[in-house]
Amino acid sequence: MASNREFFNRRLHSLLGVIPIGIFLVQHLVVNHYATVGVESFNKAANFMGNLPFRYVLETVIIYLPLLFHAIYGLYIAFTAKNNTSRFGFFRNWMFLLQRVTGVITLIFIAWHVWETRVAAAFGNEVNFQMMQDILSSPFMFGFYIVGIISAIFHFANGLWSFMVSWGITVSPRSQVIATYVTIVIFLALSYVGISTLLAFV
Amino acid sequence: MSEKKMVKFIIQRQDSENAAPYEETFEVPYRPNMNVISALMEIRKNPVDASGKATTPIAWDMNCLEEVCGACSMVINGKPRQSCSALVDQLEQPIRLAPMKTFPVVRDLQVDRSRMFDALKKVKAWIPIDGTYDLGPGPRMPENKRQWAYELSKCMTCGVCLEACPNVNSKSDFIGAQPLSQVRLFNAHPTGAMNKAERLEAIMGDGGLVNCGNSQNCVQSCPKGIPLTTSIAALNRDTTIQSFRRFFGSDHQ
Ligand code: HEM
Ligand code: SF4
Ligand code: FES
Repeated sequence: MASNREFFNRRLHSLLGVIPIGIFLVQHLVVNHYATVGVESFNKAANFMGNLPFRYVLETVIIYLPLLFHAIYGLYIAFTAKNNTSRFGFFRNWMFLLQRVTGVITLIFIAWHVWETRVAAAFGNEVNFQMMQDILSSPFMFGFYIVGIISAIFHFANGLWSFMVSWGITVSPRSQVIATYVTIVIFLALSYVGISTLLAFV
Repeated sequence: MSEKKMVKFIIQRQDSENAAPYEETFEVPYRPNMNVISALMEIRKNPVDASGKATTPIAWDMNCLEEVCGACSMVINGKPRQSCSALVDQLEQPIRLAPMKTFPVVRDLQVDRSRMFDALKKVKAWIPIDGTYDLGPGPRMPENKRQWAYELSKCMTCGVCLEACPNVNSKSDFIGAQPLSQVRLFNAHPTGAMNKAERLEAIMGDGGLVNCGNSQNCVQSCPKGIPLTTSIAALNRDTTIQSFRRFFGSDHQ
């Protein structure tokens, strides 16, 4: 079975991108959207998420470990490609490149984002509306969050497209074209959710 | 006849496998309907570069001259394609020729395509029918399926799909689209299907199917119009099922 390790790892990488990381991303964007309702609602939601039973176990098993595996293996995958969009400027080749670029941006963003919120929380800071408002009051950080969130959403939406190919769900060219449209809609919808949340803090 | 029309070629050359590549410029008299190979033949007759300096003739591969053998593939104006079907009238000048760098360069435009033939062996791209006695006729293949499979059988191992793939490179051992699509071809054959699991297991090994990152350059570039990405997605489905069978089931051969 040793020779099938690569097969297993790549399929695991693909699966983790959607379950649980992708699901978590959607959940995270949607819950934070409470910020558009008001300070109270956001704090209540953040409190609820932050005080779930077995929080550290859940965080580790659902977020940190899968993300760590996906990110480290993803970096390896990204850097074994020799991108050639200048010679082959096809749409899917650009998506291939962007999937890798947004993966790296997302990694930088997530590292910073976790540092600023969860690690700060471990040192006794409270994660609430005020905290995000302080962070986003800097125009640089606001821009950084916009880029990071859009990257993560693009990476997830386009990743969903390739997930469906990787597992043999969308086989025919036509189903793949329709999946492209569906994932574009997912990208736009989640981007709306993410950006409107950010705007609620300024 | 005083002003003869000339075609300019900038050709990347390399004297031996490990030598450094260099460029030479040539001017070849234009003839109507000429292709890249006829120009290379013209240079071979009189190997003198554009500045009048004598040089060695250019080495390249060719065989069928009608885009069915795949031997004459090279990078023409940045695109990998067959030089026998590359018509000078349809190319922007100066015409730039270079070897397909995905393969080891033997000399000049000649490359060693062995890796594709090795990959075909690795994935068992054949139908084993030899035995110690006559096995009799095999199962029949439905005509509509035969027509569909015929498209996959057009592959001429030209290497264009490997040259176009961002994941086939010196940093990776990915075998590329060409042998993968052949697995689908042989698995589709009613007799070949008897060894389906073996071929699937082969492409589930290192350097196999999962290295595809869906840039889909292969299907856009294949001169034979082979539905390579459909083959890859179909094999993704087959290997998913194969892996579940192997893990949960008992009858997985
Ligand atoms: C918000 C966090 C992330 C989510 C939701 C996510 C989701 C996904 C999904 C669904 C896929 C598609 C899997 C497939 O092709 O079958 C994918 C692929 C990929 N991810 Fe991520 N990912 C995230 C973070 C990262 C990070 C931090 C990296 C690190 C660089 C990364 C690198 C990659 C790469 C290189 C691929 C392409 C794999 C391939 O085409 O073979 N991802 N991701
Ligand atoms: S699949 Fe197409 S591009 Fe690839 S080797 Fe065969 S004929 Fe050439
Ligand atoms: S010589 Fe056979 S394909 Fe060009």
